[in-house]
Amino acid sequence: MKKSVLLALVMACPRLMRGQDAAVVDALKNELRELRQRTEQLEEKIKKLETAPPPPSAPATNAPPVVTTEAPSSLWSPTKPITVGRAGNSYLNLSFDGLFAAGASTANDAQIPALQPGGHDPIQRGFTVQNIETTFEGAIDPFLRGQANIVFQLDRNSETTLELEEAWLETTSLQGNLTLRAGQLLTDFGRLNSTHPHSWNFADSPLVNARLLGPDGLRNPGARLAWLTPTPFYSELSFSIQNSAGETANSFRDDHGGGAYLGRAHNINGLRGLGDMLFDARYMASFDLTPEQTILAGVSGAFGPNATGRHEDTQIYGVDLYWKWKPSNQSSGFPFVTWQTEAMLRHYHAGAFSEDFDGNGTIDLDVNQNGVIDTVPAELLKDWGFYTQLAYGFHKGWVSALRFDYVDRVHPGRYEAVFGDDPDRTRRWRLSPNLTWYPSEFSKVRLQYNLDERVGFGVDHSVWLQFEFLMGAHGAHNF
Amino acid sequence: MKKLFFVFTLAALAMTARAAHKLEVVATLPDLGAVAAEVGGALINLNTLANPAEDPHFVDPRPSFAKILNRADLLIEGGAELEIGWMPPLIQNARNARILPGQPGHFIAAEGMEIKERPTGPVDRSQGDVHPSGNPHFMMDPINAGVLAGRLAERLGKLDPEHAAQFTANAQKFTDELKAALPDLEKMIAPMKGQKVITYHKSFTYFMDRFGLELFDTIEPKPGIEPSPSHITSLIQKAKGAGIKLVLIEENRPRKTPERVARDIGAKVVVLHHMPESGPGRYLPWMRGLVEAIVQASKNP
Repeated sequence: MKKSVLLALVMACPRLMRGQDAAVVDALKNELRELRQRTEQLEEKIKKLETAPPPPSAPATNAPPVVTTEAPSSLWSPTKPITVGRAGNSYLNLSFDGLFAAGASTANDAQIPALQPGGHDPIQRGFTVQNIETTFEGAIDPFLRGQANIVFQLDRNSETTLELEEAWLETTSLQGNLTLRAGQLLTDFGRLNSTHPHSWNFADSPLVNARLLGPDGLRNPGARLAWLTPTPFYSELSFSIQNSAGETANSFRDDHGGGAYLGRAHNINGLRGLGDMLFDARYMASFDLTPEQTILAGVSGAFGPNATGRHEDTQIYGVDLYWKWKPSNQSSGFPFVTWQTEAMLRHYHAGAFSEDFDGNGTIDLDVNQNGVIDTVPAELLKDWGFYTQLAYGFHKGWVSALRFDYVDRVHPGRYEAVFGDDPDRTRRWRLSPNLTWYPSEFSKVRLQYNLDERVGFGVDHSVWLQFEFLMGAHGAHNF
Repeated sequence: MKKLFFVFTLAALAMTARAAHKLEVVATLPDLGAVAAEVGGALINLNTLANPAEDPHFVDPRPSFAKILNRADLLIEGGAELEIGWMPPLIQNARNARILPGQPGHFIAAEGMEIKERPTGPVDRSQGDVHPSGNPHFMMDPINAGVLAGRLAERLGKLDPEHAAQFTANAQKFTDELKAALPDLEKMIAPMKGQKVITYHKSFTYFMDRFGLELFDTIEPKPGIEPSPSHITSLIQKAKGAGIKLVLIEENRPRKTPERVARDIGAKVVVLHHMPESGPGRYLPWMRGLVEAIVQASKNP
């Protein structure tokens, strides 16, 4: 500072300096000395003010932010960005996350949506804008905190789509070890469903999540009550009640855009009562096996009506397991090994279906006109699947991972005997090795290879390069 | 029989009352735990979350930690964004209104400390993961440990007024010990005053300022950013002939790069405990250990 004052004066008065006028130089010298003394005094004062501890009686964090008398350079100027995303002393933590993919597949563009069924998966050869997410998060008042995740995507026609992924409030100080969350929320089912794509270890959604919970996962407006149970280890029991209608409740009251799903038309009728809501329960427990190993296991169930008839419903059951090893001398969070597995079983009670296919006013019983009655009877459709994945953070910023996906039907549906095998139910598997590089905590580049085999379609090879950037508030994820 | 029942009830009541008086204290990091143990003594139940050897920026928010926090009367965290990557979800999951930010049960050690390297100009992440609140490794200065002890005694006294005097006395005793030991440590390290050293991360700034060592440069080019080969080459070129004798690294850092730098510039790698163990009687021996390790290394090049 002292130097800069001197320098400024010197630069401002070049003519005087060149003039070699001794008297003027002396006067200037005196003036400078005085200025320097004054600056030093001021700096001393500033230092004192900056370092003075807050009065001990003041509550440490409730107090308004301490206004330090800082050097003028720290004041806002038009060349500096306005920071609202600084965690710790703001009303709102704001972050912006961009997740993109680029790549190619032996499946052609028309087949890729079936090959990559997840809502944030790559949608075509070339580039995909997977997930452009703005997250707002912060304390609402002493009793509540809130979070909202708003997602932009580009579809195959480069049209922008907008999704309200989550927007909820949550209690922070409810009695009885309870937490209540309400708003638009991801259902607390399994491990992956309630997380956002940027935190996933792979460039795409596991097949079982996309097939049984839905391409966009299971989420809807509703409320969730979670209880930290009084066990000696960590365990949590949660119940949710949510709307059961719409495309984000794919196995429940979704009309599937008016098209056939599981061989039937789906019609959403109005809500008749509490029984038409989507109910979800989850219990999870965690143990530290050693000081370096932690395990987390959960069971989940989601129950609600589906749109194939007035009294038809769906049950989805899930188990999940997560294990992590991280040595007690880790540096920057590395090295580590994680193993994550989820398995799900869906019971879909599908209603009887027959319709006037050719529009001649009578119900068509023999669609194929081969003398066989083609009306689809009511039936119970059982589907299941799992994924298991291993990730190894072997060097700071470097993670290699391997995932195996498998989905299948327990037995063919009777409608499939009529219409043929349904690709939404037939067996398929996928093997996905990948390598991810995190240049910092706020960016990543991931190269993933998928080996897919689908019954009736054969083998496909895909390579996806995924890249991500995160700006704004420093994220912190649950274990 | 009735009398016996009465006695039992009374004993049970007395026990719960005593148990209720013992504050449940949770320290996020072992250095904070070491000081809390000095101040709280046997009057508190102390739990410490992170391991001494691990990187305090990247501790996993294990669910078992939330369970410990659920019972806590007082949470002591470092602050200055040191635990920002793992504490927020734990506090949310703990379901404990006593330790929420702003409550008397939430204590931030950084408040009231003279925080160094607080950026005064504009900060963004092109500079790496710079903490806008400054360098959070302030527990490396024994004077700051004394400051923390005093403030902690005050807070503990507020939560457990019955033992306030004891907490203050404990803090005073600890501070006196620090003050008594400091001249000795300063004398030991005095021959090295003004020596330039290389560190991995800016973890040792407070320690070096206290004991008169100077930072030449860091192995990581920017906070939290992995050094590239070109950064290491230019660091070596710059450091050659600068008379640097020591490269200080935390015990959990990768050794290969620091050892290469040290070899190429004719210096020596000193591996230091960046944290003491949590518990009573740990802080001062740790500090002494750091000084001794550095002095020893400089004696045997």
